[in-house]
Amino acid sequence: MKSRHKKLLVIVLGLAGIGIAAALILNAFQSNLVFFFSPSQVAQGEAPTDRAFRIGGLVESGSVQRDPDGLTVRFVVTDTAKTIPVTYKGILPDLFKEGKGVVAEGRLAADGQFTASQVLAKHDENYMPPEAAHALEQAAKAQQTLAK
Amino acid sequence: MIPELGHFALIIALLLAITQAILPLLGAQRGNLTLMAVARPAAQGQFLFLVLAFGCLAWSFLVNDFTVENVARNSFSQLPEVYRFTATWGSHEGSMLLWVLMLAFWSTAVSVFSRHLPDDMVARVIGVMGLISIGFIAFLLTTSNPFDRLIPGAPDGRDMNPLLQDWGMIIHPPMLYMGYVGFAVAFAFAIAALISGRLDAAWARWSRPWTTVAWAFLTAGIVLGAWWAYRELGWGGWWFWDPTENASFMPWLAGTALIHSLAVTEKRGAFKAWTVLLALTAFSLSLLGTFLVRSGVLSSVHAFATDPARGAFILGFLAVVIGGSLTLFAWRAPRMLTGGAFTWVSREAMLLANNVILLAAMGSVLLGTLYPLLMDALGMGKISVGPPYFNAVFVPLMAPALFLMGIGPLARWKEAGLPDLMGRLKWALAVAVATGFALPMTLDGFNPWASLGFFLSVWIILTIAIGFRERLKHGGRLSALPRAFWGMQLAHFGLAWGIAGITLVANYQEERDVRMNVGDHTTLAGYTFTFQGTTEQPGPNYRAARGTVEVSKDGRKLFTLHPEKRIYNASGMPMTEAAIDPDFFRDVYVALGEPLDDSLNTWAVRVFHKPFINWLWLGAVLMVIGGFLAASDRRYRIAVKATVPAGAAAQGA
Repeated sequence: MKSRHKKLLVIVLGLAGIGIAAALILNAFQSNLVFFFSPSQVAQGEAPTDRAFRIGGLVESGSVQRDPDGLTVRFVVTDTAKTIPVTYKGILPDLFKEGKGVVAEGRLAADGQFTASQVLAKHDENYMPPEAAHALEQAAKAQQTLAK
Repeated sequence: MIPELGHFALIIALLLAITQAILPLLGAQRGNLTLMAVARPAAQGQFLFLVLAFGCLAWSFLVNDFTVENVARNSFSQLPEVYRFTATWGSHEGSMLLWVLMLAFWSTAVSVFSRHLPDDMVARVIGVMGLISIGFIAFLLTTSNPFDRLIPGAPDGRDMNPLLQDWGMIIHPPMLYMGYVGFAVAFAFAIAALISGRLDAAWARWSRPWTTVAWAFLTAGIVLGAWWAYRELGWGGWWFWDPTENASFMPWLAGTALIHSLAVTEKRGAFKAWTVLLALTAFSLSLLGTFLVRSGVLSSVHAFATDPARGAFILGFLAVVIGGSLTLFAWRAPRMLTGGAFTWVSREAMLLANNVILLAAMGSVLLGTLYPLLMDALGMGKISVGPPYFNAVFVPLMAPALFLMGIGPLARWKEAGLPDLMGRLKWALAVAVATGFALPMTLDGFNPWASLGFFLSVWIILTIAIGFRERLKHGGRLSALPRAFWGMQLAHFGLAWGIAGITLVANYQEERDVRMNVGDHTTLAGYTFTFQGTTEQPGPNYRAARGTVEVSKDGRKLFTLHPEKRIYNASGMPMTEAAIDPDFFRDVYVALGEPLDDSLNTWAVRVFHKPFINWLWLGAVLMVIGGFLAASDRRYRIAVKATVPAGAAAQGA
């Protein structure tokens, strides 16, 4: 095989690889990107009801309740302006606590109830999940603009 | 006094790094042997002073010197001694010190095991490593001094993150860094070759063992991290496609591509420019990984923006390294001659496909890791890219590479006839397809993913067997086969074994979250778990609720597990300590969730049956051993004899 052909081989193989990868990636991206919405955004109806997304904020103090089966938990996530009721079945992460930051991934039902498939654990007690911090920040900003 | 000594040693190490970088590079350029000879002692001296600095920091941790800020923030008087020592690299500053220590270790290793290399090559390689070292020691001294004092000292420390108090974490960072930093050697060899214009098979042969050893360390580091996550996070998962994991996985993918393309460059003289580019890529990705994990950009893009010193330094360094090396590449690469020709069906072509696929996979991980950060930085909303994306992309991308892995080692260089290959491989293919199809049917019914996994794993193992048989057909002995061959086959076998384990555990594991009162039992995968309550148990620096779970099968008591829920004294942080009964064929895994009543009699308990998970770890161990074995091949030392007489002859003449 001549070197010109070899170069062609390299280019064709490379392009084919990149093409396949790009197709796979774009396809997977489209169906698997998880967007984030703060409780205020959810309250304004910005969140989708047909796909999973993430919410974040603080676990409202006194809101954690357990069903008699012991494994279904209900709690309220707040960004201090708006709240979302959440249900989750399973074991909560170690650092889940009332008054602390939380991020949950799941789906929103038509009645405004958020069913979480995953409640995220964070590795450090003082560390606020970035999404939760973001939600609180946005809500604080919104309140400031309202006050003006 | 001791911390100041360490600080001082670090400064001297910086000065030695500057010497190590400038003089030998200058000497190599001018052909000045005296200046080139500075490389080895400077590198060794730098290493010594970094050992001293590291020792001083470790000592401060061991004696609980809470007047050192780093110690006060990351250690605790009640922390067991072994963890006080490992806390040395548990913090940001300490881990960066470990990074430069590793770099100096590699430089010293190069200085010792390079007797057979030309002087200017050694001078350039060590010089380039000195340049990298300057960057990182300067980073330590200006933004992350591990010896900063805290006056007045803290009465006690804030403790090490409890998650890190595990022996998986003791060896994970050093292994990972050995791998990350090891790619600096491949990088330095590539840069030295670009500068000297001597990009030939000899260059590839020198660089190969170093790259393979770095790859083996990185493999060990990544797998130890996965093993730690599996045991310590209490979720039973071992890989989460978390950005910190991806940060180490990207250089691994590029490094894997590199060791394969180096083979082609050494044996056939082809792919030179590509191999050099891969060497630059692998190390750049190591730096990117360091940046991602160490700049704080992952926990919050905004935190990074408000305190940018560290991140900006590494990002700037990254820009210099990537920009500088690519410029050098663009300038020098066109002069490289292309190597031997080959056809579509040849070992070269298979290895090229391997490279393209590995890099495409690396690109997909890169995109999934950086895209959310980019969107966030640009204020375009918060997005997360989770495991579903990576799984959807990664498995279909890697499957063809794994299929080719069966053929590649059996294909001839230059030109391998397709009919010939078909003839040699048809039985292996038939058996692999049949197993892939039949095995899931006998286990749990039709399952395409399980079929794919079994097929690939059986296929690779059978082709390895064929490889050995063909090598021995002409009366060879197993012990006479070169170590490089053994190493490759062992690493490939390890991967195949690991894939079998992954396939089995991913498709056939069982898990259950259950509410358990004292005396309650639940059955999973034939095992009956009886909860016998918890007792209060004090630990050295924590209090634990220690559960007792009796496990039986068919009415016969097998073993007792003790999962714990710990509260750490200093931080008040709760931690789940899972209990695992390991076995060659399965793990039985129990973790305590939270107490569901105030008397601590009822708990949420998570039980897992993880079939064949240990095959994954064992396979990885074989991959690592294979890497070391291949790197120790006699060929790399025979080259010594081949070059020495040439030099001696020149001197004689």
